[in-house]
Amino acid sequence: MTEVILFGLFAAVALAGAVVMLTARNPVYSAMGLLVVMLSISVFYVMLNAHFVAAVQLLVYAGAVMTLFLFVIMMIGVDTKEDNAETIPFQRWITFVVAGGLAAVIILAGRQAWITGNEAFGTPDLNGTIETVADALFGNWTIAFLSTVFLLTIAALGTIALALFGPTAVGSGETEEGA
Amino acid sequence: MTVTVAWYMVFAAVLFSMGAAGVLLRRNALVMFMSIELMLNSVNLTFVAAGSEMGLIEGQVAALFVMVVAAAEVTVGLAILVAVFRRRSTANVDTLSELKG
Repeated sequence: MTEVILFGLFAAVALAGAVVMLTARNPVYSAMGLLVVMLSISVFYVMLNAHFVAAVQLLVYAGAVMTLFLFVIMMIGVDTKEDNAETIPFQRWITFVVAGGLAAVIILAGRQAWITGNEAFGTPDLNGTIETVADALFGNWTIAFLSTVFLLTIAALGTIALALFGPTAVGSGETEEGA
Repeated sequence: MTVTVAWYMVFAAVLFSMGAAGVLLRRNALVMFMSIELMLNSVNLTFVAAGSEMGLIEGQVAALFVMVVAAAEVTVGLAILVAVFRRRSTANVDTLSELKG
């Protein structure tokens, strides 16, 4: 019963955060809404016995990624509010219909596979500690893990290249060195 | 009444759709990126929930890999956004319409 209460509470909090992220005019409020969603999802990871993933979720998403987002919001400026004008006619209603249809299709398509009976899941022998995750990560999935090293290196190199050889600031007086 | 895997799946589907709605609805490229992060997070939740249902640790391993890819995507995406902002002084995607016929 505690699990049901926890699930309901944090699902409501996460949905409220997502609504704030979607509707806020100020990007900082959107970032805060996304942060609330990520914290709630890490609670779900703990409920699913995925302790290591929950810790990584807090460190990487709620820590690093959100800090990066806030940093870029600070650089680009929080005073740039969006206008409400719709460039495509009925864009908002079409969006609601498309998103609602997407949710309905996902839920209908997955219904067969998800509803597996009333027994509680989360087998006690599957405990997502660092040890069990590392056993899989450095056992079966070593090649995939090593290839993520290349991915991250290439991403870092691309970021540096964009920063060094990208367009120069408007009106900064520096010469344009190509894009 | 216990929490079954279907609860997590329905919740993740709703979050995913809200992220998709954010990508379609918002003009600010930063908020569009946040919506993509929301979609990736909801998919991560389905991975972990399905792995827990099946008793496989691979669900959590897949979630970790998605996190790595999302981190790389955010790094490059935000760098592109800053480059666009330095050239156009805006993060509004509606103003980037040079290729419009």
